[in-house]
Amino acid sequence: MIRFTAIRLVEIAAVVVLMSFVIYVLIGLMPGDPIDLMRQADPRMSAADVARLKAVYGVDQPLFARYLAWAGQALSGDLGYSRLFAAPVWSALVPRLGNSLLLMGSSFVLALALALGLGTAAARRPGSRFDAAINLCCFAGVSMPTFWLALMLILVFAAGLGWLPASGIATAGMSNLGDRLVHLVLPVATLTLASTGGYTRYVRAAMKEALLQDHIRTARAKGASESRVILHHALRSAMIPVTTILALSFGGLVSGALVTETMFAYPGMGKLIFDAVMGNDYNLALAALLLATVTTMLANLAADLAYGWLDPRVTYR
Amino acid sequence: MTGAVRFQALGTLCVRLINVFRDTGTWWGWWRRWLPALAVAGLLSAPAMGEDRESLTIGITQFPSTLNPNIDPMAAKSYVLGMALRPITVYDADWRLVCLLCVTLPSIENGLAVPVDRADGKKGIDITYTIRPEATWGDGVPVTTADVLFTYEVGRHPESAVGNAELYRRITGIDVKDDKTFTLHVDKLTFDYAAINDFVLLPAHIERAAFADPAQYRVRTRYNTDPTNPGLYNGPYRVMEVVAGSHILFAPNPHWAGPPGHFKRITVRAIENTAALEANLLSGTIDMVAGELGLSLDEALAFDKRHGEGFQMIFKPGLVFEHIDLNLERPALADRRVREALILGIDREAISNSLFAGRQKVADSFVNPLDAGYSAKTPRYHYDPARAAALLDAAGWRALGGGLRRNAQGDTLSLELMTTAGNRTRELVEEVLQSQWRKIGVDIRIKNEPARVLFGETVPHRHFDMAMYAWISAPEDVPRSILHSSEIPDASNGFAGQNASGFKSPEMDHLIDALEIELDPAKRKTLWAAVQKLYATELPSLPLYFRSDTFILPKWLRGVRPTGNQYPSTLWITDWAAQP
Repeated sequence: MIRFTAIRLVEIAAVVVLMSFVIYVLIGLMPGDPIDLMRQADPRMSAADVARLKAVYGVDQPLFARYLAWAGQALSGDLGYSRLFAAPVWSALVPRLGNSLLLMGSSFVLALALALGLGTAAARRPGSRFDAAINLCCFAGVSMPTFWLALMLILVFAAGLGWLPASGIATAGMSNLGDRLVHLVLPVATLTLASTGGYTRYVRAAMKEALLQDHIRTARAKGASESRVILHHALRSAMIPVTTILALSFGGLVSGALVTETMFAYPGMGKLIFDAVMGNDYNLALAALLLATVTTMLANLAADLAYGWLDPRVTYR
Repeated sequence: MTGAVRFQALGTLCVRLINVFRDTGTWWGWWRRWLPALAVAGLLSAPAMGEDRESLTIGITQFPSTLNPNIDPMAAKSYVLGMALRPITVYDADWRLVCLLCVTLPSIENGLAVPVDRADGKKGIDITYTIRPEATWGDGVPVTTADVLFTYEVGRHPESAVGNAELYRRITGIDVKDDKTFTLHVDKLTFDYAAINDFVLLPAHIERAAFADPAQYRVRTRYNTDPTNPGLYNGPYRVMEVVAGSHILFAPNPHWAGPPGHFKRITVRAIENTAALEANLLSGTIDMVAGELGLSLDEALAFDKRHGEGFQMIFKPGLVFEHIDLNLERPALADRRVREALILGIDREAISNSLFAGRQKVADSFVNPLDAGYSAKTPRYHYDPARAAALLDAAGWRALGGGLRRNAQGDTLSLELMTTAGNRTRELVEEVLQSQWRKIGVDIRIKNEPARVLFGETVPHRHFDMAMYAWISAPEDVPRSILHSSEIPDASNGFAGQNASGFKSPEMDHLIDALEIELDPAKRKTLWAAVQKLYATELPSLPLYFRSDTFILPKWLRGVRPTGNQYPSTLWITDWAAQP
């Protein structure tokens, strides 16, 4: 297992290096650069100003040379400066990462808890009215456009009832926990409602299959209680495919939820990555995308290691 | 509404909702009864944001990247800094040049501006300004000529990342008379010599340390590293809190000696999605939507129909000129008759009336009727498909069997029309234009691109037939960048010019050169008229309309005066007040 983990970590490092180059080149090949965007904002900017600024921002250099310069800096721990945030990349990234982890983590945990409960309950009575109702809700959740759901929640709970704030992460000038939590309710509800359906379908399918396996029948024959059969035997088997799905979703914790963040004006990673790419903020976009890549890959490694715990038949070579 | 009353109203709502569930057999019946109940509840329980008249929350659609006034130009930055930093001069809501930080606007007549003969034989000008005696930074340090010299030093430095450095290049030196009075020596005498709007003062006592290494100034400026430092601001308000991407909080500047602002706190909140912006307005999370960075006109008109009675809606036509650039290198478009046929073949009045409720007036040229340089004698084109057809016939494009037009070589008159993908208003206009041009036998293929591709690649490299977008100008803005032949973007100028049509006219070049240096207002008016006439005759681009900004304000707010130019209404924030 140690050897397996070490090999996977080396692979991850190699992929990160490769991805850094690919992402840098792809962003660099997009039309326009930061100075073009400045020129759009101030059309009176002269050709001399444009040339001067391109030199100041270093975008007059060939793309490969810029990548090498960035890579050299990055190896010494300096990820560069974010033009959009007017701050070092880490300073721009960390608050957004915290916001996203809070938002995505809360909705992830809630959605998972709901999915485990609903999916298990539906799998125990396949074909029943309850199962059909759960399925209907799941499909509704999966099919509902996130922006529409967000807008409806804002209109009902913020514009209509006035119970919750419609946007932002906190009231300006306030920084208490209660205020933060109140601002989290609607975006978390949106993401939870949007993602619970999919997870529930996975749990239901995995659990339904697990409940048909021989060891479940044996457990029941030995007189194990239904709750022990479900929680100890069936759920453990069902978690193997679900773990794969969860591991793949894990990257979303740091790459954020663009639509939800935009609708609720929530400063998270999704919006940051979008703005960084569209605003030609190479350093920031690269760091954020690499962070999402590394997180996804580490989550997959964790999932692979979890398989061994969930299923003793799994071995690592 | 008191908490007790609101609680009672919500209780009533709950009872009603329970009854609705109990009595209603169908989903439709449930919705039919539930929605009015919800609406009533909304009215009863909506947060009483407006009751707190000491604070104001403004919604805008963009967040500024930096608060340094001279680095990285952005409309959002101008908007928020309008409350906290005073430029020396600006154009006001009547599009007149006024002093904000200076005492008297220099002029040749009052002796504060003196034309001089330069050693190179050209005319220059010496202009003397006096900073308002009471002007003070937010930490109590007076605004002085030391700040002027420092700002000039930053602006002149090639590594300082100041955006538009043209003004700093034109200033050859500064003489300081005392702490408040200074004279600029400018190398070119232009009619707008007194306008030093881009010369926004930086606090030398704070920023000098950050400028120790000029190449690192854009990174180390205190506007980035310490944006809540009160010494960075000299306006009626100062920045109290910045949450990047979310909001900026302002509070009164205790050292502001002018008329005080009427709000104890002002929050500017960035909400990029306009549907969410509307919802925030309805919920009371924000009090108003800024016209400078708010809803597009079609969205605002729709909002006006649905919720207009609850708000003040101000539609302010401005200097954003929507037009269609024609690439004059394309053989068909190089023929002036084709260009005239294209403008005669579209009904701009009908487009304005039907799509914009007449709020965006049809443009005759790039000069707004509110501008001092506007000429009413500019040729005006009304919808005339018959004349358009005749002009196309004369240009050799004949309609065979009433279909698309072809020339003698059998080429179809087919043009590509581009605009910014995702801009709903422009896409709507495009479809109407396509249909109207089809009626005169011109085939239009729509090909839209994201803004960054269109403006980053396609327009500067002139890879288009027709491109619909907007030019942003200033009052009495000489059209050098858009019409002078030296401003045609190409490799030699780094694709920096704005004359993407490729318009080359010695007459226009001469008029522009003469206009810039003409000091006599009457003679300048004549030159302006000639420029507009030549533009409207040659039609290097097709003028469409001047965009309107829509300000959505609460009914209790008074004193907001949209400018319609690039200087935001927030510069006069002290006039804003809640109605007693």
